[in-house]
Amino acid sequence: MKFLTTNFVKCAVKSCDGSEGSFPLKYENCQLQLEEQDFNPEFIVSMLERLDWNAIIQVASDLGNNLLPSQKPEDIDGNSEMLKDLHSLLIETQIIDGEMVCRNCKHVYYIKNSIASFLLPPHLAK
Amino acid sequence: MSRPEQIAPPEIFYNDSESKKYTQSTRVQHIQAKMTFRALELLNLQENIPHYLLDVGCGSGLSGEILTEEGHIWVGMDISADMLATALDRDIEGDLFLADMGCGVPFRPGTFDAAISISAIQWLCNADTNTNEPKFRLARFFNTLYSSLRKGGKFVGQFYPANEDQTIQITGAAKVAGFQCGVVVDDPESKKNRKHYLVLQAGTSDRPLNVDGMDVENMSKPGNIKESSKLSKKRAKALETKKEYIKRKKILMEKRGKNVRKDSKFTGRARKPRF
Repeated sequence: MKFLTTNFVKCAVKSCDGSEGSFPLKYENCQLQLEEQDFNPEFIVSMLERLDWNAIIQVASDLGNNLLPSQKPEDIDGNSEMLKDLHSLLIETQIIDGEMVCRNCKHVYYIKNSIASFLLPPHLAK
Repeated sequence: MSRPEQIAPPEIFYNDSESKKYTQSTRVQHIQAKMTFRALELLNLQENIPHYLLDVGCGSGLSGEILTEEGHIWVGMDISADMLATALDRDIEGDLFLADMGCGVPFRPGTFDAAISISAIQWLCNADTNTNEPKFRLARFFNTLYSSLRKGGKFVGQFYPANEDQTIQITGAAKVAGFQCGVVVDDPESKKNRKHYLVLQAGTSDRPLNVDGMDVENMSKPGNIKESSKLSKKRAKALETKKEYIKRKKILMEKRGKNVRKDSKFTGRARKPRF
């Protein structure tokens, strides 16, 4: 699962809808891998406006990276170094194994072989 | 044509062997690719710009491969673990989620530019266990899909409705969720090649990629008209008189080469009361 996806995925349980703890999820015991991908600056620029930077900082610190700037970078169109950094953070960083915990209902979602399992047990599925 | 929906729930039907069979069949590959291109055509995304897309029921990534080829970044969800395992073997670019669409799309509001789905949403109409109710599953799916799309985001989903009731059920649920909704029917004359595409739009938008929203609505009309004419044909049969019935049957028998009496003024007339 790409690091980018952690900025969008939230708890699937219905009673957690709209609660503050359901996003971002808490990441625990994660194994990361750097996987080379084609550099796509337009995509990064188009995604930047919809990124929740606070969530990015939170998830990155869950994963052991505390070096991110506290403000969302702006005016990055020409700044190829910043784009490259964002590319390697968002697209190339992959979570291979780990656990995601909802801060609201404490349900644990597992990531295995980089597939996140969001199947819910019957009592939560409704 | 056999319908897998009637055989077993998706996570059981698409087991290891069935997933491999499905993915390796060149016929399935060809049809899936064709439908994905058609879905993208209906979405009419702005060209040469990478988009962030959701593929509902991505399976082994046959449709996702095409999204990658077109330069998009995508996230796929599917309920069959074996299908996803096949996808892993095939080195698919997108992120994969093992999730049940009937339990909702687990993404925060405004995530995706658009969403597609190939041959999946008819599964929502099934009640496989006593705990799942198609009505609630459809509502949950469309509600969460609506919120996970950006303003003006579109969804195109090819599906195989078992009957017209299912189409009405699905479009009804989508409308309740707030989508502008239409069904595009390709090849309506051919029973085998007929393809239904559910086209949804979440609100209006001034972004250029959605200018053809009107166009899509117009295209959905032939499908709707066809449905209504089919209904009226059935109703007409129920309403016809004895005389019309006899005449219709005589024409039919004549066509089949049977010996049929010529029509006269007495044909299909009620006999006078005897007593």
